[in-house]
Amino acid sequence: MRFTKDHEWVALDGDVATVGITAYAAEQLGDVVYVETPEPGRALKAGEGMAVVESVKAASDVYAPLSGEVVEANGDLAGAPETVNAEPEAGGWFARVRIADRAEYDALMDRAAYDAFLETL
Amino acid sequence: MRYLPLDAADRRHMLGVIGAKGVDDLFADVPAPARLSAPVDLPRHAGEIEVERELSALAARNRPAGAGPFFCGAGAYRHQVPATVDHIIQRSEFLTSYTPYQPEIAQGTLQVLFEFQTQVAALTGMEVANASLYDGSTACAEAVMMARRVTRRRKAVLSGGLHPQYAAVTGTIATAEGMEIARRPAAVDAEADVLAAIDSETACVVVQTPNVFGTVTDVTAIAEAAHAAGALLVVVTTEAVSLGLLKSPGEMGADIAVAEGQSLGVGLNFGGPYVGLFACREKFVRQMPGRLCGETVDAEGRRGFVLTLSTREQHIRREKATSNICTNSGLCALAFSIHMTLLGGTGLRRLAEVNHGRARTLAGALAGVPGLHVLTPRFFNEVAVRVPGSAAALVEDLAGEGILAGVPVSRLDPSAGMDDVLLLAATETTTTGDIDALVAALSRRIR
Amino acid sequence: MSLNSVGRPTRPVSDVPGQGFASLTGGRGLLQDEALIFDRNSWDGTGVDLPAPESGADDLAGLVRVEPLRLPGLSEPETVRHYVRLSQKNHAIDLALYPLGSCTMKHNPRLNEKLARLPGFADLHPLAPVSAVQGALDLMDRLAHWLKTLTGMPAVALSPKAGAHGELCGLLAIRAAHAAAGQTRRRLVLTPTSAHGTNPATAAFVGYEVVEIGQTADGRVDLADLAAKLSDEVAAIMVTNPNTCGLFERDILEISRLTHAAGAYFYCDGANFNAIVGRVRPGDLGVDAMHINLHKTFSTPHGGGGPGSGPVVLSEALAPFAPTPWVVHGAEGFRLVEETEAEASQAFGRMTAFHGQMGMYVRAYAYMLSHGADGLRQAAEDAVLNANYIKARLSGVMSAAFPDGPCMHEALFDDHWLEGTGITTLDFAKAMIDEGFHPMTMYFPLVVHGAMLIEPTESESLAELDRFCDALLALAGAALAGDAERFTSAPHLAPLRRLDETLAARKPRLTWRPQEPGVAPAPLAAE
Repeated sequence: MRFTKDHEWVALDGDVATVGITAYAAEQLGDVVYVETPEPGRALKAGEGMAVVESVKAASDVYAPLSGEVVEANGDLAGAPETVNAEPEAGGWFARVRIADRAEYDALMDRAAYDAFLETL
Repeated sequence: MRYLPLDAADRRHMLGVIGAKGVDDLFADVPAPARLSAPVDLPRHAGEIEVERELSALAARNRPAGAGPFFCGAGAYRHQVPATVDHIIQRSEFLTSYTPYQPEIAQGTLQVLFEFQTQVAALTGMEVANASLYDGSTACAEAVMMARRVTRRRKAVLSGGLHPQYAAVTGTIATAEGMEIARRPAAVDAEADVLAAIDSETACVVVQTPNVFGTVTDVTAIAEAAHAAGALLVVVTTEAVSLGLLKSPGEMGADIAVAEGQSLGVGLNFGGPYVGLFACREKFVRQMPGRLCGETVDAEGRRGFVLTLSTREQHIRREKATSNICTNSGLCALAFSIHMTLLGGTGLRRLAEVNHGRARTLAGALAGVPGLHVLTPRFFNEVAVRVPGSAAALVEDLAGEGILAGVPVSRLDPSAGMDDVLLLAATETTTTGDIDALVAALSRRIR
Repeated sequence: MSLNSVGRPTRPVSDVPGQGFASLTGGRGLLQDEALIFDRNSWDGTGVDLPAPESGADDLAGLVRVEPLRLPGLSEPETVRHYVRLSQKNHAIDLALYPLGSCTMKHNPRLNEKLARLPGFADLHPLAPVSAVQGALDLMDRLAHWLKTLTGMPAVALSPKAGAHGELCGLLAIRAAHAAAGQTRRRLVLTPTSAHGTNPATAAFVGYEVVEIGQTADGRVDLADLAAKLSDEVAAIMVTNPNTCGLFERDILEISRLTHAAGAYFYCDGANFNAIVGRVRPGDLGVDAMHINLHKTFSTPHGGGGPGSGPVVLSEALAPFAPTPWVVHGAEGFRLVEETEAEASQAFGRMTAFHGQMGMYVRAYAYMLSHGADGLRQAAEDAVLNANYIKARLSGVMSAAFPDGPCMHEALFDDHWLEGTGITTLDFAKAMIDEGFHPMTMYFPLVVHGAMLIEPTESESLAELDRFCDALLALAGAALAGDAERFTSAPHLAPLRRLDETLAARKPRLTWRPQEPGVAPAPLAAE
């Protein structure tokens, strides 16, 4: 699993990346009440907004950590947004993306680097 | 200065606590060239007697609806508002409270809003309603922009029966946001005219029933055509009482229903404040503008209400908000809701039937005046009538006789080419004597 | 992701202590529990006596409702009781100080209510012939004269229905002016980070891109940042003055000079005009457009969230683009410029059907006459004095966000002083409810951590201010002494305890809906 400074995580299986937000981000947001996931088929560029996650008092944009095409969105979040709080780095995933460039993935932080980054916040 | 509790001794004491020499110290950040050293050139303060005298004199130079025969409508209707309504809305706890951001001490307002939303949803036949918008015209503009967000298309088709000022407001606001507005030519009975303008770029079709000419239309087929093209149907109603009798927008397939709620509880007020009703299908709720009140529980498990889904709104979403709207029309929504609670579904139906019956009597009487032609084929409580010559001149003439005979179309839409068309409404407040007086005066003038 | 975390929990802590004593029926003295109108099986009732319709609806075959309208109707005494019971669960300015910063909860004179209800205003149709509404048009003209004189601006558009609607009006006028001058490159609006949410929302609504301007350490617009961001692509700046930190923009003249030099317009958010009315004219500050919240500065009632009214004063440059309608005074009396008249050829359009919030115009005008030029100036001074008094009395214990220099009409504190107590701004605010006060504005402006924005207004007596300050100091003492429980589970004495906003947002229930006809919906339960 790799991480961004914007608190997204990416797990790669072949050329399909599963994307979500980190446990740290979920904790900071508080109770998640709604997630707007991207439509399958949408082409994403790394860094652009791909989803919106809402707590009661705030809406936050989730940026695409990698470029590629959305192949699946986590439909379960519509009825159970609390999954993002309960299992942010597992069942609370947002979307699966077929990535365009493996190098983008390799450039992301690994767990140790992300943990070290969190220490600086 | 009866509204200011501090006296000179208080002010001296307070300046001492603050550590300021005088009040000018507190305005020290104002650049010197911009400081006013003395009050501006306007009258000095006045007591209740003087103020009441001036305002009463101004009021006396107006002719209120209740002063004589009265037939004006065109988006604002005179109805009997039960005395209870005005008594309750003047209670301090409703009149002088703020938006219910602290739900523990605002359950009164919040429960009212929840009840209001439920009433509006039932009236319009929709699944959800918001806590009100400014008025019907701005609600119409908001509906068009919501349709754009839902469909991601940029064109709105407005019927020729839509109230011209609603069309103007929608045009002003939606075109600023980059939408294209296709407004059909004004027509007494042609809501279905919109069908020809629907294309693959159409975000929504806006129709009105009863329309500005009073014509009632079943818009079910228009809904089907809009949906087949991937567009939404927005149904506008400017006379909320009609919803007690006529098929609701929801029954006819509307995706968004907007209405002016002024008829219930609010009064004429020379055009404002009014209350915009806004309802839609549940699946669009996150694209809705305005405040929403929702049910929840408190820490002890008791039912309570809060403002919810606020992430749509400007104070959180800022430039990504669904609308820039901040206030609703809270006190008018309360008045609407109280009046609706007094009526109930049964009473509103009866009220609507009384209105319709009065209008049939009016239309029959007008049809009997030689030279007049009733144009509206199916009406609720308002009809369009062709008169010989200028309708505006006729209205001014009759006003001279103490009869407010209605609204000339030229007042609303000078470009419609309908200078000889007059809109006349009847409600439960219209008496047979009023109608007789109108008919007699018209017969004299038109001869 | 943009980690937008606002530091307040939205669901109550569980296991909060109860109230100790319980009545046998759940009653709580004068505080009556009141069910929804839908809970009481009054589906066929009505509280209005109407005549029989004189004819049927046979002419509307196929157009009449098929499903009966299922809405409860209550008799008059039941209706009165329902709403009076509900009213008693509301805080109100008539009850106690209501220190919501930026909201201006001042006294609402009842004379204004009385006058707005005169039939000559309340029972007047907006499209009655102008000969029948001369007094109403005269009143609008007089109100316009007062607004123009108080702001030092040459024109005013009365029709916007609220502050945000006024912002929209102002930006549309600016857009129209740029378009008329061929300035089509201008696509940006600059606004400070501390701005009201309506500012960026309105700018985006009109199609502008929003660029934020930084703030200096003393809570003002960063002039250098503004200068760097101004360009020939900027349409306008939107600046609140006094700003949302309750401070006067000292460099306001330089701000407007720089803005105009770049060919942009200066939109001033006039939400806080009440602090300076009678002492400063925005026209003297170089403002091109400013909305005036009649429900703030001129005391029309807030009504639980509206109706408001937001007239917009305009500079010479913008005046030709004002929306219809407006009142003109000619040889034959007053008339309205409504549609497509030649004199409205540059008008950008129309903000609302009819002519705006007449009911609010009457109240605001009555308020202005009562105060007069001298009283309005005194009211602004007292509002500023009251805020500075609160700031002075609380600053020893609570941390002022900008301790140096005077504030204007509101005192801003941060949550620095609560560090280590386990108590948040939200908790502190909720504990104020138990002491009988409405909380201050919290977590706004966004630029101050855990912000507490207190606006007392000029309506408070010294005794009430002292009562308020004493209560806050007592609470602050308890907070610093470690009595966290008092705060984290507050309020204890309100009609309801803390509400579960998370549940409301996750499982939205926005209307009362029977599960099947006649069967009430099941109660919601916390997860």
